[in-house]
Amino acid sequence: MADTPVEYIQHHLQNMTYGKHPELGWKMAESSAEAAEMGFMAFHVDTLGWSIAMGLLFLFLFKKAANAVTSGVPGGLQNFVEMCFEFVDNLVKETFHGRNPLIAPLALTIFVWIFLMNSLKWLPVDWIPGLAHLLGADYFKIVPTTDPNATFGMSLGVFLLIIFYSIKVKGAGGFAKELSFTPFNHWLFIPVNLVLEIIGLLTKPISLALRLFGNMYAGEVVFILIALTFGAGLFMGLLGLGMQWIWAVFHLLVIPLQAFIFMVLTIVYLSAAHEDHH
Amino acid sequence: MNMNMTILGQSIAFALFVWFCMKFVWPPIAEAMRERQKKIADGLDSASRAQRDLELAQEKASQTLREAKEQSAQILEQTNKRATLMIEEAKEQARAEGERLIEAAKAEITQEINRAKDELRAQISALIVEGAEKILESSVDAKAHSELVDKLAKQL
Repeated sequence: MADTPVEYIQHHLQNMTYGKHPELGWKMAESSAEAAEMGFMAFHVDTLGWSIAMGLLFLFLFKKAANAVTSGVPGGLQNFVEMCFEFVDNLVKETFHGRNPLIAPLALTIFVWIFLMNSLKWLPVDWIPGLAHLLGADYFKIVPTTDPNATFGMSLGVFLLIIFYSIKVKGAGGFAKELSFTPFNHWLFIPVNLVLEIIGLLTKPISLALRLFGNMYAGEVVFILIALTFGAGLFMGLLGLGMQWIWAVFHLLVIPLQAFIFMVLTIVYLSAAHEDHH
Repeated sequence: MNMNMTILGQSIAFALFVWFCMKFVWPPIAEAMRERQKKIADGLDSASRAQRDLELAQEKASQTLREAKEQSAQILEQTNKRATLMIEEAKEQARAEGERLIEAAKAEITQEINRAKDELRAQISALIVEGAEKILESSVDAKAHSELVDKLAKQL
């Protein structure tokens, strides 16, 4: 590519955006500036496409295993699915002390889905975008979790569940009381408590989303920087190859870990939402 | 890195995936695994029960064997005893029979001897009578002198 390094990086960090441009109407954004001008009325086609594809892959695999499931000797796919299942199930049993049939499937979905989305990072950064470029798409970013929209989208779902179960378990009054009278149990402190608790509540989805996004985004940027070396001569290219390999191996740790953290924190937050302090 | 409607799309997709997972994926797997756990537990249970049964059966078998051995030894002993007894009896019988035979033989011999003596005596008396006749050269009425001759013969 003939881009300067800065252009190359920016190009790689721009999503494929379809939205309503204030002057040009609904269209595919042809530059970063155009995408920015679209504001909120836009979709990241690549993020949504890849995340939904990964979600469908997850459901397809697990549904296939669930259809053929037997209490006898399990086959290969069933073994794998059961391994994931038991891992999540045990974790939920240890962490979540209420009884809620939603929590375990929720945790499983989060874990496997995020893992699959993250694992797209192992693909060299130019392969799929390069292919998309050949097919006529200027911008294409394949790892959905490097898009804050995706991570915030999920954490927003978790946040709504936290609010829902807080109110369901404690009642609207109980929830309001908890917000007003902790940590300082005195009516004079109600405003202070409210500010503290609401900040604490809001921190949960934000920290969930930003942790995942930050880790994935930073890793992606490093992959892109490494990819830059491939155009800088034989020596740098070989060096870059080694670095790419090392960084990909490092992601053997990062990718499952981030999926795991997102899942565990979700369970912990929902567990706290179920706890009645009275 | 713009925040836009993607966030809503992602939320909706998330909700749908979770719903699908909870409705169609989780329950069958959970059910199958619970079933398998039960199967394994039952299997282990029956295995240990079978083990216990086996031990009992082995114990019983060895006891039966021991009893049988004892019984056979007893029978053998009894038989031996009886055999010895029978042999003794047979010996006794044989000895008695032998003695009886000997007695009979002896009696017969005595009888024979007596008969021979009698015969001899009769012959001698006849001889004496004949001799006396010859000596007297007269006929002696055998009848009249037989008493005397018998006396003589008995003295012989």
